Amino acid sequence: MTAHMPHAGRIGGRAGLSPLAWAVAAAALALAIAAPFLLYPVFLMKFLCFALFASAFNLLIGYAGLLSFGHAAFFGGAAYVTAHAVKVWGVTPEIGILLGTAAAGVLGLAIGFLAIRRHGIYFAMITLALSQMVYFVALQAPFTGGEDGIQAVPRGSLFGLIDLSRPLAMYFFVLAVTVGGFLLIRRIIHSPFGQVLKAIRENEPRAVSLGYRVERYKLAAFVMSAALSGLAGGTKALVFQLASLTDIQWQMSGEVVLMTLLGGMGTILGPAAGAFVVVSLQNFLAASAFPVTVLTGGIFILCVLLFRRGIVGEIAWRLGSRRARADARRTRMKR
Amino acid sequence: MTELLGIPPEVLFGQLLLGLINGAFYAMLSLGLAVIFGMLNVINFAHGAQYMLGAFVAWMLLQFAGIGYWWALILAPIAVGAFGIVIEKTMLSRLYRLDHLYGLLLTFGIALVIEGMFRHWYGVSGQPYATPALLTGGTNLGFMFLPTYRAWVVAVSLAVCLATWFAIERTRLGSYLRAATENPTLVQAFGINVPRMMTLTYGFGVGLAGLAGVLAAPIYQVNPLMGSHLIIVVFAVVVIGGMGSILGAVVTGFGLGVLEGFTKVFYPEASNIVIFVVMAIVLLLRPAGLFGRER
Repeated sequence: MTAHMPHAGRIGGRAGLSPLAWAVAAAALALAIAAPFLLYPVFLMKFLCFALFASAFNLLIGYAGLLSFGHAAFFGGAAYVTAHAVKVWGVTPEIGILLGTAAAGVLGLAIGFLAIRRHGIYFAMITLALSQMVYFVALQAPFTGGEDGIQAVPRGSLFGLIDLSRPLAMYFFVLAVTVGGFLLIRRIIHSPFGQVLKAIRENEPRAVSLGYRVERYKLAAFVMSAALSGLAGGTKALVFQLASLTDIQWQMSGEVVLMTLLGGMGTILGPAAGAFVVVSLQNFLAASAFPVTVLTGGIFILCVLLFRRGIVGEIAWRLGSRRARADARRTRMKR
Repeated sequence: MTELLGIPPEVLFGQLLLGLINGAFYAMLSLGLAVIFGMLNVINFAHGAQYMLGAFVAWMLLQFAGIGYWWALILAPIAVGAFGIVIEKTMLSRLYRLDHLYGLLLTFGIALVIEGMFRHWYGVSGQPYATPALLTGGTNLGFMFLPTYRAWVVAVSLAVCLATWFAIERTRLGSYLRAATENPTLVQAFGINVPRMMTLTYGFGVGLAGLAGVLAAPIYQVNPLMGSHLIIVVFAVVVIGGMGSILGAVVTGFGLGVLEGFTKVFYPEASNIVIFVVMAIVLLLRPAGLFGRER
């Protein structure tokens, strides 16, 4: 990987992977290829979409220290755009997803531009309010289908060649999208840009005094996070062949916060782990009468009170290398 | 009577009154949020759920104990406030040393649990709550019909807001509170029990939400989800007004309610989003909020 700029200094990210990390990555890849033969593919694809969504969200909270409570707007907005493009305009799935991603990026530019004018909890409240505005637009706009959403979205054929209506083909397509998005996020985190984000998270006035135009970095991170959330949302619309109000409601914003918090904010693998637990729980509880939101809220409370490092953060901390301790310490969102 | 701007005056004033009612709730809820934030530095995401809880306590008192509106007006806020005090003592007080965002996440989780349980028990359809006999009916003002209960809600809300302003700005206890907001360590050094003040402040703010819930019960149906949309709008109100001043929160709440009412008359499609649009404009022109200072 490229050399870091000198100012990145000691907090510079790992440039390469350790042998252990390579082994883990290889095992994960083997597991991902074997998984659709062992587990229900739609469940796996749902997990992959949410893992990407949570990782994109983590880019913002874990590395720039910005808590957005409005990421449903990007996830759901992209789902609508992709579904509409594929169903009504008849574009191929990859173009549809790219259009959704671009739309989420533009929306992220608008919302981010307003939200970065305030800090901390105000930032969270502004993103929540603006995403609620997007929700009302989706509720009333003619092309979203109101309460019904956009149903029966065709999956089409990838590049006009590969028929995605077959579950296995769709699964590997989603896997490729997720892994690609994930590697991109990892690359952003370890780039000089990512180091500046961490500097802003740790000490914003100092970053300003070092001559960084903090607003631009924050806005860029916001747009990237929004666009990658859109990538997840657009893919999700094809997986379920549906874009609906559920994707764009504030509950969805809360869900992605939960996944990231549970998995470990500011850890690379944490959001995916959190997504796996939350999606599994939802699947498990779908058949029972137990209300999911009560459990979700309960996990929120427990995480905040007792388990602030999250699953991956806790494991890393217990493994106990000095590096991991430093990482975990930074996860605590000090300002 | 002649038409104003092509709108019959009954419609115009009717919507304005509705706007004023909504504004009364925005004002009371944003006031509670501002008081809590000032003292605890926590944004209370559970405020909407606690408002819903106030309405449900009133409904349960009537349903299961036969206790009517007037007692509910006193008992429900106390019950909800006590519930808030338990939350503060057992959970919230552990988070003060951490980043403020954790308080937001905790109260968000609490809101999910409360709303999820009530939704599980009572479904999403609302329970009706009758207007108390004394406040039924209304007055014909010549240009519009004024239901007594709605006038009552606006009056009570104004009275509560003024009383809160008076208590914080003009009494000795209020001066302790303001001092502790500025510098808790120093106030504690003068022998004032700041942790207890924080507990009571949270209880008071939450009780205010409960009172708003009781007032809302006869107007809107008692519904497990009645608070969850409202809280987002109230957040926008708080961003617009800024949390620096109490009168600011009240004025912004009523003003935005009326503006929403106007929008319903002239361009109904935008009535749901007008407050968010105002928020965006305020952020562009005066990022710290109309009455706020950046903290």
